[in-house]
Amino acid sequence: MTTCVDFINTLSPCLVRAGWNADLANLLSLLLGVVIVATVPLLTVILLIWIERKFAARIQDRIGPNRVGPYGLLQSLADALKMLTKEDITPSGADRILFNLAPIITFATVVLIWAIVPFTPLHIGADLSIGILYFVAVGSIGAVKVMIGGWSSNNKYALLGAFRTIALIVSYEVPMILALLVPVLMAGSMGMQDLTHAQGGMWFIVMSPLAAIIFFVANLAETGRSPFDLLEAESELIAGYNIEYSGFKFGMFMAGEFMHVFTVAVLTAVLFLGGWWGPFVDQFPALGFIWLGLKTAVVYLFMLLIRNTVPRFRIDQVMNINWKFMVPLSIVLILLQSFLLRLIDALGLRPAPELANDLLANLPQTLVLLAGNLVLGAIFMHLLQRHGRTLREADEALATVKGEAAPAGGMAEA
Amino acid sequence: METLNEWAFVGVFFAIAWVFPALPIIGAWLVRPKKPNALKKQTYESGVETVGDTWVQFRVQYYIYGLVFLIFDVEMIFLFPWAVAYERLDWFAYGAGFLFIFLLTDALIYAWRKRALEWV
Repeated sequence: MTTCVDFINTLSPCLVRAGWNADLANLLSLLLGVVIVATVPLLTVILLIWIERKFAARIQDRIGPNRVGPYGLLQSLADALKMLTKEDITPSGADRILFNLAPIITFATVVLIWAIVPFTPLHIGADLSIGILYFVAVGSIGAVKVMIGGWSSNNKYALLGAFRTIALIVSYEVPMILALLVPVLMAGSMGMQDLTHAQGGMWFIVMSPLAAIIFFVANLAETGRSPFDLLEAESELIAGYNIEYSGFKFGMFMAGEFMHVFTVAVLTAVLFLGGWWGPFVDQFPALGFIWLGLKTAVVYLFMLLIRNTVPRFRIDQVMNINWKFMVPLSIVLILLQSFLLRLIDALGLRPAPELANDLLANLPQTLVLLAGNLVLGAIFMHLLQRHGRTLREADEALATVKGEAAPAGGMAEA
Repeated sequence: METLNEWAFVGVFFAIAWVFPALPIIGAWLVRPKKPNALKKQTYESGVETVGDTWVQFRVQYYIYGLVFLIFDVEMIFLFPWAVAYERLDWFAYGAGFLFIFLLTDALIYAWRKRALEWV
């Protein structure tokens, strides 16, 4: 399997033949690879901000940015220029080093995830054998940046917001990592390229829709977007952990958030939507870049749709959904999925290695896994509905006891 | 195949990733106006003067979530090798993994029963 590193490996011998020092040539080619991989998200984020603003504007029946450049395309650049010239206020009593470090960490950690994103069968930053673990490790630094930002601001609202956000981010990491176990189970590897290759016959979203949904929702919470945007609950905490930030440091938090959303979209596409797989990708590997881009766009627009249409949860609701619904569901899902995979092996439904990329050969095991997932999902949804009914009835009973007229529809009409 | 170069790539990436966000911040520092005064640098708390120190020992009522998270996080990392080697495992190792996940569930049920998962 060729990777970006192989491109580097071919580049550095050329340089050595041209009379370069071997170590220097190696380092230079590595640097080149890093810059190329890191530039992809950096360039897209400028466009993404425009897309997001246009999308939100359309939903809210506005036009959105349309003055700077054609269709307002240069709005993000204008904003960046504006932020460059804004005065940057560090509150008195702030921990200056940590205060300046937080926005940098925010952005850097998101960029770092892109090292393991497989763009095409041939192009990947670094095809680590523990790609998933790397993603989890780097992604976890997100909690640290919130804490650093909230703590160093010397502002009580920021600190409160940070504590609350930490509780949320940390909690949602549990179902996210548990959901990540499912693709690892099916592919038998933690490398991102192996995971993508394993989806040649059938995408993992079909083989385990529940894992895809859990991963998606948990990551939605990690990005801190609506309906999980408790870290910037304006009405309660003014702004959350980044309240004291201004100028380009604030811009870095925002850019980091935009990029985090895009990164989540790309990872969902890689892990569950088949990554670079698509027609003709065998003949023209570079085509994978387009397929991955299309899938990412679909996931990304879906995230924007959720962000702009779903109201914010209350913090206790967010925690209850996580610990009492998503965590149990993901645990049972792993048990079920591993059991079904054993069953498939025992029944001989697993396609032969040479037919691994064949849709028809994959169909029997896909149907078994899909059926299992649907049954499990139905059971959990039923439990959720029953619980909701109990809560509603308790509410109504309480209202009757108090001598008030019981609200007919519970919370919705209250 | 994974080579040492892949890790060298990640290493260089770690070094470079900080440069991308640091550059614009340093650039802004060069061009932006710098006219701080005491009023401007006040902590922003809705116009009310801040009372006392922020860095007090804050009572995090929901620290239990942190503890539960810690248990889960450690246990989940142990599950990854099991998942990777899954196809090659015999029934005993498979059952061991099952038992491990069962213990995980047990911890969750215990925390739930003890009302540790209530937001206070």
